[in-house]
This record gives sequence, C-alpha cells and structure tokens, in this order.
Amino acid sequence: MAHDDRPRAILRTYPNWFYLPAAIVFGVFFIVPTAMAFYFSLTRWTLFSATFIGLDNYVTFLGDPMLMSGLRNTIIYAVMTSGLKVIIALPLAMLLTSNIRVKGLLRSIVFFPVLVSTVAVGITFSMLMQPSVGLINTVLGAIGLPQPDWLGNPGLALYSVALVDVWKGLGIATVIFMAGILSIPQEYFEAARLEGGAWVKFRYVVIPLARNATFTVILLSFIGGLRTFDLIWTMTRGGPGFASDVLTSVIYKEYQAGFYGLSTAGNVVLFILVTVIVYPLMRFFNRMELDT
Amino acid sequence: MRIQKLIRRYWVDVVSLLVIGVVFIVPFVFVLLTASKTRQDAALLTFSWPKEFRLIENLREVMTWGDNRMVRALWNSTLLTLGSVTLIVLFSALVAFVMQRRADRLAAVVGSFMLAGLIIPPAVVPTIFLLQWLGLYKTLVGLIMVEVAYSMPFAILIMRAFMGSIPRELDEAAVIDGASPMRVFFSVILPLLRPAIVTVVVTSSVTIFNDFVGPLYFLPGSENVTAPLTLFSFISQFTSQWNLLFADVVVITIIPLIVFIFFQRQLVSGMMGGAIKG
Repeated sequence: MAHDDRPRAILRTYPNWFYLPAAIVFGVFFIVPTAMAFYFSLTRWTLFSATFIGLDNYVTFLGDPMLMSGLRNTIIYAVMTSGLKVIIALPLAMLLTSNIRVKGLLRSIVFFPVLVSTVAVGITFSMLMQPSVGLINTVLGAIGLPQPDWLGNPGLALYSVALVDVWKGLGIATVIFMAGILSIPQEYFEAARLEGGAWVKFRYVVIPLARNATFTVILLSFIGGLRTFDLIWTMTRGGPGFASDVLTSVIYKEYQAGFYGLSTAGNVVLFILVTVIVYPLMRFFNRMELDT
Repeated sequence: MRIQKLIRRYWVDVVSLLVIGVVFIVPFVFVLLTASKTRQDAALLTFSWPKEFRLIENLREVMTWGDNRMVRALWNSTLLTLGSVTLIVLFSALVAFVMQRRADRLAAVVGSFMLAGLIIPPAVVPTIFLLQWLGLYKTLVGLIMVEVAYSMPFAILIMRAFMGSIPRELDEAAVIDGASPMRVFFSVILPLLRPAIVTVVVTSSVTIFNDFVGPLYFLPGSENVTAPLTLFSFISQFTSQWNLLFADVVVITIIPLIVFIFFQRQLVSGMMGGAIKG
C-alpha cells in the first residue's frame, strides 16, 4: 500500500460516524444536563418555571453553616478515604504478590466487597457499629477498650462511615497496586533482597517504582470520595444533626425539599470542587510520571 | 524442631488469613446469621448463633412480601442491567475501535470528553428536567440511557487500552478481502475484544445492578422499584424485622457472588490490565 493512500484508507475503514451512538447518548444525558446546571443554579426553579435570581443560591449556600459543613465534610471524607486506602492497600498488595501460599484465596476475599451493594454494606455495618450490642463494641469491651458510639457521636460519625468506605473499596486499590508491583522488573527485587529485607524492598523498590499505581489509587478514590452518597445516606442520612452531611447528601435533601435551584447550585459547587482539586492533581501526577 | 520449622514457614500465611478473614468475612457471617433468625431473635442485633434456623422461610417471606415486590424488583434490575450493558458494550467498542485506530485530533477530543465523564459529578435535577421533557422520566428506558451515559467513559478506557494489542494488519487484511467497516468491526474486532468485553460486562453490570442513586432520582415509585431500593423500603417499613431485612441483603448479595465465582480470574486480570495501560 502506498504511503499516500493511508489517510484515505483510514477514513474508509475507521469511519467517524462510529462515534455517533455514544456521542448522542453521552451528549443528551450527560453534557446537556451539566451545561443546564450552570443556568438553573442561578434561578429559583420549580421544574415548571424558573425565575432568574443571579447568584442568590450561591450566597445562600456559602452563608449557611450547615451547607458549609457539608462542603468541609466532603473534603475530609475524600482526603481520609484516599489516604487510608493507599496506606492499607500498598502493604496488602505486597503481601498478595509475595510468595505466600494462600494469596489466591486472600485476593478473592479482599476483592469481593467491591461487588456487593453499597446499601447492603451500609446496613450491615450500621448494625455491627451499634453502640451497646454491636459486634465491634462487644469485642472492644471484652478486651477492655472504650466503646464509642460510632454513628451516634457527631464528632465521630463521618469518620466511621469513611472507615466502612475504605473497607468496601480496598479491593480496587489493592488490585491497582498489585498491577503496579507486578510490572516492576524482577531484578530490582533481587537487588533489594541482597541489600536487606522486606523494608528495603518496600521503601526503595515498591514505593518509588509503583508510583504511578499510587497516583491512580489517589485519583480514583479522591474522585469517588468527593462524589460519595450511598454509604452516608444509608448509615447516617447526614446525621446526627448535620454532622456527617456531605455535598451529595445536601443536594439530595434540597431536592427532596423542592429547592431545585439550590440543589443544582450545590451540584455546581461539587462540580467546581472536583475540577479544582482533581485537574491540577492529575496534571501534577502526569508531570511526575514524565520525569521518571 | 519440626514444629518450629512449620511455624517459621507458615506464620505469615496463618496470620494474614486470620486477620483478613476476620475483617472481611465476619460481616458476611453476621448477615447470614441474622437472616436465619426468628424475628424476636434478630431484634437483639447481637452476633450470635440463631436459636432456630429460619433462613429458607425468611427468604420466602422476603420474596413474596408486598405482592411479590422483591420479585418485581429483581426483574426490573435484570432488565435495567441487561439493557444498559448491551448498549454500553456496543457503543463503547465502536468508539474505542475508531479512537485507537485513527489517533487524530478528533480522537483526542473524544478522549477529553471521556476524561470529563470519568471525573465530573452528574447534574441530577437538570437530568430529571430533561428526562421529563423527553417523556422518559420514571421509565426504565430513561434510566437505561442515563446509566449508559455514565458508564461509557470507563468502558471506553478499558477497551481502548485493549485495542492496542489487536494488530492493525488484521483490519487491513479484512479490508483487502473487501470487508466493509461494519463487517471489520463485527467479525474481526469484536470477537478479539472479548477479554476487555468480559471485564466491561462484569464491572458495569455489578455497578448498575447495585446502583442506588440512579433509580432514587430517575425511577421513583414502587411499581418501578429496583433491587437495592427494596432494602430502603425494608428499613422504613419494618424497623423491627431485622431478619427479613438481612434476608433481603442475602438475596441481593447472592447475585454478585455468583458473578464473582464465574468471572473472578478474568475480572481481576482485566482490571489490572486497564490500570496499567489506562
């Protein structure tokens, strides 16, 4: 085939209209509503009529301590879940790629919760975290440790839900780290073995060379953390009071109350938050990856 | 002597099996135990052996409760999952194919939309407004369209990564033999994409089957109930019937368990492949 023919052959073999079905569905049901959100967030909106009120919804949002605590909780939740997932999943992935005999079984056990309904997980842990008869406090009491009210204490509820989130999502983080570790050339591990034990392997081989996996885990769990809803709604409904409200639960509450404009403003705040945090993070990670 | 050697050889295995087993399996044991109890026994909320085993009776009661509500929910969830996943696979494979092969400016634009779809949280109320306007609000078709739109970016990511391993020479050979683009796609590319398709089918069916937010906003009403939402109505309707609530949890956990047993190996390796290349 002559070189000049190539572009025309490409045009014929890989037609652009193959994008069309996906583009229509994605455009109509994702892009259009996202664009509409910017307009409707500036209105008092009943779905039948929308009155333009400028930035009033945002002023309400930023002036309301309950809504602002939702914003703060969202960030705490995302930072905590993504941090803990990295801290726990990286050593776990090392264990599951080492030469222990039960690794096949352990991989399956750790991954399974990923596939289970978040609502079901939330209900189960609400019971296990029950303050007086729940399994967790029964065990803590038996070994003489304090028995906190995991979901009933306003200072603790958000963190308790975040822990359950880590439990459920650990499987994905671990699989990503396992992929990262398995792609490290074997010679590095050989060298680490001659230099010292597991710590050398962890500190000087896995941490630097599985860096891309770390970035992927942080990004994915950060995005997931900012958008979390199911678990919070099942376990606390944002309570006690508004102690564990996050942006998505605020959006749902405003929607239920019929404040569609305000709800949509919350959605735009979430959109901006995600974009402002995730895009620079992604660019930073990309630059770091190019450096190596 | 021999015992010491055995301990030294196996202690990591035993300790990790014990810790991971307790942390990850005990919650499921609790679900099963509570689902097997009588109403009074389950109301104590303790982690204990049932006084009387009633798992089968409880499951039957959950399935038939409220005019076979659970059966209807499972049926709705099945239709929702099958419809969405079929479209996701077909549409995403078409995009991944052209995008990876052309790799031009337009493909880069498509790629940035894909990234946006992975990151941006969907705008819920405007979507309801739009669905109403299209006459698709509170319909299964409407929810299917929304699920397809939300799930395609990840599916395209996985499939595009895999497309790179299918040699271009295969398409060229088919074209020289006179195959149309449609034919190249359906009889050459699609069969070879199989491993990526399995990954996408499993991940997106699990996500959509378990989806709570989508049906909550876009498919309200008891006629349209889907499986995860039955849990919610159980919480509000029987605050004291924990045995039935957990029997419901058992029902909706069995399905991913079956999927898991069948596709376990492909699932983990497929996700690992996507993670490295993507």
